Amino acid sequence: MDFNKELDARGLNCPLPILRTKKALAEMASGEILKVIATDPGSVKDMQAFAKQTGNDLVNSAEAGGEYTFFMKKK
Amino acid sequence: METKKLAIIATKGTLDWAYPPFILASTAAALGYEVEIFFTFYGLQLVRKDVSGLKVSPLGNPGMPMKMPFGPKWFKGINWNIPNAVQSLIPGYENVATSLMKMTIANNGVATIPELRSLCQEADVKFLACQMTVELFGFDHADFIDGIDYVGAASFFEFAGESDICLFI
Repeated sequence: MDFNKELDARGLNCPLPILRTKKALAEMASGEILKVIATDPGSVKDMQAFAKQTGNDLVNSAEAGGEYTFFMKKK
Repeated sequence: METKKLAIIATKGTLDWAYPPFILASTAAALGYEVEIFFTFYGLQLVRKDVSGLKVSPLGNPGMPMKMPFGPKWFKGINWNIPNAVQSLIPGYENVATSLMKMTIANNGVATIPELRSLCQEADVKFLACQMTVELFGFDHADFIDGIDYVGAASFFEFAGESDICLFI
């Protein structure tokens, strides 16, 4: 999947993946896509909750070998 | 949609209890909340310039697992069930427990308190400190980080009364 920016949140625990995602999105333009890679299993539900509450669109998410990848489209 | 508001009263001054206010405040701010934290009594320890003195105490806390953050997996898995009566007799026990806790925090990719605190400030979380406690405990405003308003309970209610969520921690 195409993306405009990538955020490596591997090894970080709650709430850092969310805070870094928020920060990265702040520097992007509306409609651009941020790719986030995390290892925190809690980030799966948290990214959904973040998207729901902030109005950003979680376009896609996947898990492979203990790594979670998210594609977040900025509102 | 009107901005949601979170008001937190932080009353605890230990390393473990420093986490909930800063984690919740920074996360709420990332979600678009307007956030204020009122630091009072022992909670004032969390806004001192130097927080390296924050400690965790296993004493009187049967809920705290006592595991070692180093060594082979089987060793890390042992829960060192040391009775409180014994813990209290060992000099420096809290210091040892605190350094082990800091090691565990680093091993797990959990942010440090100074890190979370500055993330809160970057996200415009407002810090209020109880002026009465500052005087009661003989603190000086110079002991604390910049950007704090020194107020009383009435000022806290001005914001808390309008808040959607209010937490006492």
